[in-house]
Amino acid sequence: MNQAEMVELEKSIDQMMEIARGYGLDFYPMRYEVCPAEVLYTFGAYGMPTRYTHWSFGKSYHRMKLEYDLGLSRIYELVINSDPCYAFLLDGNTLMQNMTVCAHVLAHCDFFKNNSSFSRTSRDMVDRMASNAQRLHAYEMEYGRSRVESLLDAGMALQEHVDASGYVERKQKMRGRQQERTRHRESRSGSPYDDLWALDGTGAPQEPEKEVPARFAGLPTKDIMLFLIEHSSVLEEWERDVLSVLREEMLYFWPQLETKIMNEGWATYWHLRIMRDLDLNESDTIEFAKMHSGVVLPSRTSINPYHLGLAMWENIEKRWNEPTEEERKRFGREPGKGREKMFEVREMENDISFLRNYLTKDLAQELDLFLFQKVGNDWRVVDKEWEHVRDQLCASRVNGGIPVLYVEDGDHNRNGELYIRHAYEGMELDVKHLEKTLPYLYQLWGRNCHLQTVVEGREVVFTHDGKKTQRKFL
Amino acid sequence: MSGTQFTLQKDDWSLHRKGQQDQQRHNEKVKQAIKENLGDLISDESIVMSDGRQIVKIPIRSLEEYRIRYNFNKGKHAGTGDGDTQVGDVIAQGKPDAQGTGKGPGKGQGAGDAPGLDYSEANVTLEDIESILFSELELPNLAPKQPDRVTVDDIDYKDVRKTGLMGNIDKKRTLIESIRRNQLNATGRVQILPDDLRFKTWEDVRKPDSCAVVLAMMDTSGSMGLFEKYCARTFFFWMTRFLRTKYETVQIRYIAHHTEAKEVTEEYFFTKGESGGTICSSAYDLALRLIEREYPSSQYNLYPIHFSDGDNLTSDNEKCVKYVTQLCELSQMFGYAEVNQYNRSSTLMNAYSKYHHPNFRNFVIREKSAVYSALRHFFSQRAGEVKPA
Repeated sequence: MNQAEMVELEKSIDQMMEIARGYGLDFYPMRYEVCPAEVLYTFGAYGMPTRYTHWSFGKSYHRMKLEYDLGLSRIYELVINSDPCYAFLLDGNTLMQNMTVCAHVLAHCDFFKNNSSFSRTSRDMVDRMASNAQRLHAYEMEYGRSRVESLLDAGMALQEHVDASGYVERKQKMRGRQQERTRHRESRSGSPYDDLWALDGTGAPQEPEKEVPARFAGLPTKDIMLFLIEHSSVLEEWERDVLSVLREEMLYFWPQLETKIMNEGWATYWHLRIMRDLDLNESDTIEFAKMHSGVVLPSRTSINPYHLGLAMWENIEKRWNEPTEEERKRFGREPGKGREKMFEVREMENDISFLRNYLTKDLAQELDLFLFQKVGNDWRVVDKEWEHVRDQLCASRVNGGIPVLYVEDGDHNRNGELYIRHAYEGMELDVKHLEKTLPYLYQLWGRNCHLQTVVEGREVVFTHDGKKTQRKFL
Repeated sequence: MSGTQFTLQKDDWSLHRKGQQDQQRHNEKVKQAIKENLGDLISDESIVMSDGRQIVKIPIRSLEEYRIRYNFNKGKHAGTGDGDTQVGDVIAQGKPDAQGTGKGPGKGQGAGDAPGLDYSEANVTLEDIESILFSELELPNLAPKQPDRVTVDDIDYKDVRKTGLMGNIDKKRTLIESIRRNQLNATGRVQILPDDLRFKTWEDVRKPDSCAVVLAMMDTSGSMGLFEKYCARTFFFWMTRFLRTKYETVQIRYIAHHTEAKEVTEEYFFTKGESGGTICSSAYDLALRLIEREYPSSQYNLYPIHFSDGDNLTSDNEKCVKYVTQLCELSQMFGYAEVNQYNRSSTLMNAYSKYHHPNFRNFVIREKSAVYSALRHFFSQRAGEVKPA
């Protein structure tokens, strides 16, 4: 991007924002940064301009950059969910490509700002992650790099197991209130007018409640990270802090895991509309068309979220613009409400509900969606029934595609052992990875760790005792 | 109003190195992982059988980022077809052999698992492994040999002169000379006179030609199976490569023996088996004759290495010890490696365990990865030994 192109890009961004606003898109102020490939790929690997240091980021940076250098794949942009919204553009892109990217990013930003899943994310995460990184660096100075690294190795292996629903926080608040109430009552009982309460009976000594050990209240919990932070007996204060950094950052990224198809589809839908409204010349039009078709290229062995998302959004628009006779009668749908419906959906849904509510039979057949499975050495198409495809798609999006684990007990066998259960719903875990992850859990918990799951249709418990992992069928 | 709603910037990012720094750390971890897995890596068939010509890629398992995740191979996944996909169509073959159960052709421990979607495998070249392995090995008992042959193998620009070829002009030194002279004379302007010119000049690099000869001896009697041969092969493979880094030329001669010894080709040595009993002294005898005839120990660094399963004719042991003493006198090191998987009692090792000579070393290999330990055992300065200057 030379100077002239920068000026040109600036002009067209102005124009595109005008168009986008005209369509009703609602975004934060934008901060576009044009940066060279190494920098963009660094941000891509870390997910953020400034983040703590870990070799796994270096590994993914290396792989992404290598693929870019070899022309195998490229990322066009990185957009950050923040206010103002940062978007990083690739210096090596052509003007045309960066224009498309800018339009695409505007719709992402609109989605971040308005989708309900993102309503709890903090919008100043750029700065918070930078300060987290600083703090972790200070720990490296104080406790040594290898200790921090080994803690991060363990923490990052488990960081996906948080509860992003806000349930934990709500529950904690409630517990806090309850404790306050008890404290209140206790404080009353310490006053000189104590005996007065006895008159109306409320102050009568109550049966001590059958207590779960108070420190493990709220089980089972899905938030393994929080459980470790609060209840591990081996972590030092700074180590709990590091884990809470990981948890905080995971919670920030979580809604992006849950809305991948919607979000990418939405952005693709809008860059298409915005670019069509620009006055492009022939060669630009062709270049745009090439780039766009590359983005939405479907794949036989996976689901391209840009492709499926775009098709679904356009389908929603069509169905609410031109409702059938039946829909008009049964649901009272007025024609021409396509856009309105789209904006409603972009606010209310996440990937699972989006797929469940809006992937229709016609669309699934039009897109030729299917299910495949490993049969012998081949991957074969095994099912084309649209409802099965839809249900499998939804199932694969549950919990962002990450297995759901619950902490069941923090004092298993009365020995302070950690008992975790995998909420098995038909998808088995990767046993090798499981056996390699348990030692990390042990490292953070400090005592035996058990994980119950299903392998080959049988209930099995994996136990790590600090030296080796054993499995026991139930 | 819209003008203030966005900014477009292009900054100088040239000092941004974060990605590279963590990449560096990852590389360090790969190196470390190689080091920890050396025993398994160097006995990996894909390396040893490749003759070392091609670059070998090895998955470094310990760099996987482990997570609790689903088993990709079990379960259904959604895909998008091109319009007329039918149930039963094959869309891929074994390829997304993903996140597997770790079943693969039996190579080392846990090999054959190729994680699928986020495929990650550190590629290691043979050079990477060599540099780490060889940094742990040392040549024992070095003694200066008669430097009868001197070879010129390189030139080195070491000298600077006032005359020379224009193509070899040393610009920096010429400019410094010019500035120095101009400053001395306070002329106030820069001018290059012929007197300022400096030229780089080369010298021949002479090195004494050093030769090493490996006398590979192996028992090819009936009791030597595939495993024993493979261990021997692995050992000789790395040993030759190691010696090549230290000597100009390394020759290797193969002597196969059962009850009698003969010199054979490499292929024959490693693949053909014969039946019959074992008389190890026959190989030693042949080796001694070979040395006498072709490799005088005053000029050659000799490394006779003998691989056997230790199942020697008992009456021959005395003779063996006698010949080994002679071989030890002549060579840098005599190594006896016994491949003994099942911990049988071995007649030859019985004899050798009582035998001591500064140049004599023996080692028992019980499993494939012990080849690495054998290498380290043979190629190390033994404690208490004085390293000749």
